[in-house]
Amino acid sequence: MTRQMTGAKMVVQALRDQGVDTVFGYPGGAVLPIYDEIFQQNDIQHILVRHEQGAVHMAEGYARSTGKPGVVLVTSGPGATNAVTGLTDALMDSIPLVVLTGQVPTFMIGSDAFQEADTVGITRPCTKHNWLVKETEKLSKTIHEAFHVATAGRPGPVLVDIPKDVQFASADYQPKPSANTRHYQPQVKGDMEMIEDLVEAIETAKKPIFYTGGGVINSGPAASQLLRELVEATGFPITSTLMGLGAYPASGKNWLGMLGMHGLYEANLAMHGCDVMINLGARFDDRITGRIDAFSPDSRKAHVDIDPSSINKVVKTDIPIVGDIAHVLEDVLALWKSRGRKINREAISKWWKQIEEWKTVDCLSYKGSDTVIKPQYALQRLEELTKGMDRYITTEVGQHQMWAAQYLGFEDPNRWMTSGGLGTMGYGFPASIGVQQAHKDALVINVAGEASWLMNMQELGTATQFNLPVKQFILNNERLGMVRQWQQLLHGERYSQSWSESLPDFVKLAEAFGCKGISISDPADLDDAIMDMIKYDGPVVFDCMVEKHENCFPMIPSGAPHNKMLLGDDNATNAIAGKGAVLV
Amino acid sequence: MSALKIKKGSSKHSAYNLRPNFSDVTETHTIAVLVENEPGVLARVIGLFSGRGYNIESLTVAEVDHQGHLSRITIVTKGTPQVIEQIKAQLGRIVPVRKVNDLTVEGPSVERELALFKVEGSGEKRVEALRLADIFRAQVVDSTLESFVFQLTGTPDKIDAFADLMRPLGLIEVARTGVAALARGA
Ligand SMILES: Cc1ncc(C[n+]2csc(CCOP(=O)(O)OP(=O)(O)O)c2C)c(N)n1
Ligand SMILES: [Mg+2]
Repeated sequence: MTRQMTGAKMVVQALRDQGVDTVFGYPGGAVLPIYDEIFQQNDIQHILVRHEQGAVHMAEGYARSTGKPGVVLVTSGPGATNAVTGLTDALMDSIPLVVLTGQVPTFMIGSDAFQEADTVGITRPCTKHNWLVKETEKLSKTIHEAFHVATAGRPGPVLVDIPKDVQFASADYQPKPSANTRHYQPQVKGDMEMIEDLVEAIETAKKPIFYTGGGVINSGPAASQLLRELVEATGFPITSTLMGLGAYPASGKNWLGMLGMHGLYEANLAMHGCDVMINLGARFDDRITGRIDAFSPDSRKAHVDIDPSSINKVVKTDIPIVGDIAHVLEDVLALWKSRGRKINREAISKWWKQIEEWKTVDCLSYKGSDTVIKPQYALQRLEELTKGMDRYITTEVGQHQMWAAQYLGFEDPNRWMTSGGLGTMGYGFPASIGVQQAHKDALVINVAGEASWLMNMQELGTATQFNLPVKQFILNNERLGMVRQWQQLLHGERYSQSWSESLPDFVKLAEAFGCKGISISDPADLDDAIMDMIKYDGPVVFDCMVEKHENCFPMIPSGAPHNKMLLGDDNATNAIAGKGAVLV
Repeated sequence: MSALKIKKGSSKHSAYNLRPNFSDVTETHTIAVLVENEPGVLARVIGLFSGRGYNIESLTVAEVDHQGHLSRITIVTKGTPQVIEQIKAQLGRIVPVRKVNDLTVEGPSVERELALFKVEGSGEKRVEALRLADIFRAQVVDSTLESFVFQLTGTPDKIDAFADLMRPLGLIEVARTGVAALARGA
């Protein structure tokens, strides 16, 4: 059945048919017809942001915490260009988004019209795919296609650019296609021969490790379930990238903690010394591998990824498997069980003994204090006081982000939202709003640094307007802490521009937006203040003054191998020299 | 806290430059990419090459199936085996790309290019240019009293060789189409 309607109506109808309940957006001239349609309906809630970058990060938070695509609607020109950082962030972290942009009318494209920008040109390298829709006849089909492309295979952001005359004109609405007749159909089943190789490697491994990434989360809850089953059944140790936290529970007995540049000693050493590495949905990022030629030199590597371009991109793989994690794990488990659930028990218990020895280094220990709040302590208390709760964590970017990954425990997937690939300061606050919109009754906390948080602080208005009681847990060191740490390690303690000068009074700032502000600096007040924050029914800005020159350890300096880890401040100053200094 | 295994200035190498597991011999490959002929598809392919730092030696594109709106892009590129694999995998990620074929590894193939050469001169040089064109089976497609335009079809090597010969004889302009290629056999 087809129905005639305007392009603007089609947009709303297509979103409805796709099951969209929330759109994050900001109006402007080139999207007025769509906003007029939004005004006349109640199925889809529009969250009015304060900056388009905020809209995209909110949609990312929404998507990562639900597994559903996030939807954004912005105007042409500056609306579209403001969305670019969020699009790039979502592309790097494989987050499904559908971003709709207004465009000047088709007959004015190319004339440098008011608020014209070559949106598809600008966003081509930062979207998975994008479309400029020049005919209303094609609009509904394109939007449905956009949802398919955003979510199929390796997820990512897509953008549909809609000229204003296309919004006004009428055509037949084409409903969401029921069967998958599209050309874009990434492979989800893994090659059985390779899966057999992997099972054989599992059966014979002496020092195995699971190395998991965001792909497990993106694959859906079934993947995490199957992963847990396989880890318990084999008894192998497991570590994860920043992106994959929560796929295997932090309380699980095989959990080694996060790996990588600021990962745990035992996790990195186990990666370095393993004989079989099973990479599930991670991509051998440079934050993980450190120096490539010294990365896990003696292991056979299996790599399961839905994106063939991830395999053999950085590290040569012995057992490459292209497929969806859940599908592949299902086959691996079935085959391994049918072949008698074999593992090399003796070798593996020896391997665990070695790992236990590494654990005794206690790499996350730090010097406590009675007078000043240590950032690690603040996070330990936050963890202690909130861990049983229905809790979601987002972060900004910097030291606080790494400490959050180290000191908070994630029991389930989709509970941890952080900007991994792009490292976008300003991500966490809007992301927390997007998460809260999707989970109205949950406790949503953004672990922030004062500098990052200021980058999108205007969204306090959004949180207040829509009664989204997000908690902004700011570890305020009055420094661009991570930059300062690198300057200490790399640039002779010359702290160039890494001070946060002229900071606002965060309590007054919160109050000015109608939120609650809390400021503390005495470790003795911490628990009560955290409880006040949790109990308050509304957005809270929690200004936690912490130790200013704390460094984030462990740290593998750029260009160093895993077994050359810095564990503490002794010896750390100027530790990075030579060619490693050119790396980021 | 123990300062286990800390070594000052231990990072001697750039982690980005070291690819010891991969061969560093460069190879030339001809890749055929079948794409849906939608606006911007060529920009996507070219943007991929420039954005990721790959080489394009030659590139041709034209619609080959008007009903199905499919275009064939033939790219000649250079890189280590690992880079060539990456190029193919990255091309495969582009949504309107239907098929990627590496003609260099998938059995024998034929490659042809068409070129036009404008050669200016008189007397001995003019006669010599015409003689060589005959040997190469180049056709004269335009002539004046002072110039010829030759048309030549062949492999890129043959076209290079002809250009080298024409240079001392008054070659002033060359136009080349880039490589079109097909796998041999059925
Ligand atoms: C948009 C953006 N600009 C610059 C950077 C570089 N950068 C990384 S961490 C950091 C400092 C962050 O400071 P803060 O938010 O206070 O966190 P802290 O490290 O102090 O915990 C900077 C400037 C970035 N990641 N993102
Ligand atoms: Mg800071």
